[in-house]
Amino acid sequence: MDVVVCIKQVPDTEQPIRVRPDGSGIDEQGLNWILNYYDEHAVEEALRVREKHGGTVTVVCVGPARAAEAIRTALAMGADEAVHVSDPALEGADPLQVARVLAQVVRQLRYDLVLCGRLATDDNASVVGPALAEYLGLPQATAISKLELRDGGATVEREVEGGVELLEVPLPAVFTVERTINEPRYPTLPGIMRAKRKEIRTLGLSELGLEPQEVGAQASRVGYTRFEPPPRRQAGQIVTPDSPEEAARLIARFLQETAKVL
Amino acid sequence: MDFNLSEEHRLVQQTAREFANREILPVAGQLDAEHRFPAEIVRGLGELGLMGVMVPEEYGGAGMDNVAYILAMEEVARACASTAAIMSVNNSLVCDPILRYGTEDQKRRYLPVLASGREVGCYCLTEPSAGSDAASLQTSARLDGDRWVLNGTKAFVTNAREAWVFVVYARTEEEPGARGISAFLVERDHPGISVGKVERKMGLLASSTCEVLLEDCRVPKDNLLGRRGEGFKVALSTLDGGRIGVAAQAVGIARAALEESVGYAKQRRQFGRPIAEFQAIQWKIADMATRIDAARLLTLRAAWLRDQGKRCTLEASMAKLFASETAMWAAHQGVQIFGGYGYIKDYPVERYFRDAKITEIYEGTSEIQRMVIARNLLS
Amino acid sequence: MPNDVWIVADHAGGSPRRITLELLGKGRELANARGGRLVALVLGHGLVNPAQAFGEYGADTVLAVDHPHLQAYTTDGYTEALTALVRERTPWLVVVPSTAWGRDCAPRLAVRAGAGIVTDVEALWLEEGRLLARRPMYTRKVMATAEYRQEGPHVAVVLPKVFPPAARQEGRTAQVEWVQVSVSPPRSRVVETRALQRERVSLTEAEVIVSGGRGLRGPENFSLLDALAAELGAAVGSSRPPVDSGWVPHDYEIGQTGKTVSPTVYIAVGISGAPQHLAGMSGSKYIVAINKDPNAPIFQLASLGVVGDLFQIVPKLTEEVRRLRAQG
Repeated sequence: MDVVVCIKQVPDTEQPIRVRPDGSGIDEQGLNWILNYYDEHAVEEALRVREKHGGTVTVVCVGPARAAEAIRTALAMGADEAVHVSDPALEGADPLQVARVLAQVVRQLRYDLVLCGRLATDDNASVVGPALAEYLGLPQATAISKLELRDGGATVEREVEGGVELLEVPLPAVFTVERTINEPRYPTLPGIMRAKRKEIRTLGLSELGLEPQEVGAQASRVGYTRFEPPPRRQAGQIVTPDSPEEAARLIARFLQETAKVL
Repeated sequence: MDFNLSEEHRLVQQTAREFANREILPVAGQLDAEHRFPAEIVRGLGELGLMGVMVPEEYGGAGMDNVAYILAMEEVARACASTAAIMSVNNSLVCDPILRYGTEDQKRRYLPVLASGREVGCYCLTEPSAGSDAASLQTSARLDGDRWVLNGTKAFVTNAREAWVFVVYARTEEEPGARGISAFLVERDHPGISVGKVERKMGLLASSTCEVLLEDCRVPKDNLLGRRGEGFKVALSTLDGGRIGVAAQAVGIARAALEESVGYAKQRRQFGRPIAEFQAIQWKIADMATRIDAARLLTLRAAWLRDQGKRCTLEASMAKLFASETAMWAAHQGVQIFGGYGYIKDYPVERYFRDAKITEIYEGTSEIQRMVIARNLLS
Repeated sequence: MPNDVWIVADHAGGSPRRITLELLGKGRELANARGGRLVALVLGHGLVNPAQAFGEYGADTVLAVDHPHLQAYTTDGYTEALTALVRERTPWLVVVPSTAWGRDCAPRLAVRAGAGIVTDVEALWLEEGRLLARRPMYTRKVMATAEYRQEGPHVAVVLPKVFPPAARQEGRTAQVEWVQVSVSPPRSRVVETRALQRERVSLTEAEVIVSGGRGLRGPENFSLLDALAAELGAAVGSSRPPVDSGWVPHDYEIGQTGKTVSPTVYIAVGISGAPQHLAGMSGSKYIVAINKDPNAPIFQLASLGVVGDLFQIVPKLTEEVRRLRAQG
């Protein structure tokens, strides 16, 4: 069973994220760049598939030069091979363009299964996985929390509104994984040393037979015009209602209209 | 000049940080309160390769360098200084001398187990009346057929209660001072070795510190580590690496104090605003951050020199002196920023304060470090 | 029609769910601004005339597709049907609800229809002829404005509960058009859908937490919180005193010596707000505090602070929540 895992490098959002004063993006200074958490789970799932069914695990990443470190993390976890697509024309490309580039790489690889994280914690888009499946013409399941393989097919579980859906999908297919699917292993120090010796194939767009105006930022159908910090929490309101009924109504209205949890 | 870490060093740092955040940080306070040895965490560290960072892969280690070691050490110490001490002893004081002076058989027997975290080692140099003046040690070893027979008492031995292998320094020759000393590898199952009093300490409560008793302890002849009479050389060879490790541990404790203080200062409100808005607090935070950065840079430089195979005694002493005093100072500031809450056990700064102190004492007190530094300048 | 706004309906047997009403409200506004029609797309099998429900909430037209392969949602079935309609009728904007199925098929639709797509949309507006969408990024630490850069069709996947539901206009009707679309058998098959068992919601994952403190006076009174939490689908937690007094087990504890939580809403009941407790919950998006002491430090942090007797207020609140939920 050969598995391709699509990964992304993202800033660690457990640390503060600051917007540039001119609103053109986030301030990248001092950011800690990591392998997207969801992708860590995708790599882990791929390794488990390999441990159970044999085969190979190849990671594919679209991103600037610094993204090599995220690739190295996946290799240190145990992935066998890696492809890194790095091209200045991809700076600012929308998720659909990224999916197109990934599809072009995946087509050149041997695979039975493609895994992605359900979303990346930078743009939170959850578009690349299904778009990649579409470009490859493959069936898919998104946000899966369980994967079982047998007889050329997969049985997956995915959480849907109010329930869990059990789905049978023929292979090859694209799955995006939820964080509940597994507990990722840590890259070990010997693993890091082994990863250092593995080669990362670095490709530009031209080596993939793609034109920048076709898939790059220029071709993107969506672009960002402004970034802002989220609205600050409003100053609290302290009230002394006349009756318990009034208090209850006030709180319920707050839950419904402001917090939107009802 | 390049201040960037290499890719694999960043990965080591990342792995150690993730492991520390997820597996150590949540239980550190409890380990301290219960005086409990973190056996499971130590095994986890072993699986990651952190119990034998510089042990080559062929002996089951990670095959990495001092820089990787201290980066990981800082992360572990930030979460739990006791765990860092356990890791430090195993790496710097046990694996390192076996690697440098051990025979092939000794390396094959001890290193894979120690590096795996399934067993830990300990280091028996200090005696009740031989501390900073280690060369005055009294423990004796005499050859009796194919066995060495050891007699004496060792003090303040970290990890002794849990240890499988003890690096013991004993006097084999009639000569006084450094020249009569040899090093031995003693196993817990060898007849005549026992763990005496377990000390009740101020800090590092999750690691054991014990007395080790050697009463006609019989050890196979082949368990001599290094050559007969060269034990002090073995001991000295561990000093630089050990001091760099303690420096990194101190940086980790200091950073923990800083991070807790920053979090608290932003959240704690007095006089109608967060205390972070008061200059008295801001200056403390700024000074903490600056000193910690300086300590870290000194430590990194010493580790880098050692990785280059260069002499780093002076730099290791400077790093250890400055980092340990920074840890104590930063923990002190941390408690002060927390005020009354810093003095109670609900908050971890109280633990940092207790844990930091030992870094100014073990593996050469601050006074000894100043002596080493001065000697380098004045001789 | 190049100015039409389409809403892909989330519905139960042809009657719109709440999120669909929210999308219809926003869709109406955009269709008016653009000068197009508001069209509701209803995909399914065995649909009974859906016109009235959608018409009353603002749709001009209902495009109804009834096909055996659309009985339950499948990626292939929905993608194929939606793409065929979009290609044939070229709407300006297709609004998809951010549900499990919406997020699943919308990117494929965008690829196949050559559309731009923005997900997690929380605001959607026209500015100088351009369509803009605001969405959270970096796990909500940043809000970003995205711009659709080419002509339609555009796809917007909109989060629930960000737009108010359309107001009902009784008697208003929409024109229904039953559309024949060919749909291939889907490649994957839904074996079963199990209802999610509502076990005790875990504190660190809960969207809403109801938490009690010393003010509850005894273990028996935590049942008041359990009842409220059950209505809200919330987890129950506590500050330290109830744990120390043995009223609740240690895994309830939130704060310095317990868990750190950051739910959307944290309802602190009878909790004064010692720094040890605040350390564990101050990351909550909204904090509601009920306490009889107006000087309790918890009020400094509360988005809504209610001074009063928790023993009277909490049961009334539980009733009120139940009533609102029954209204849907």
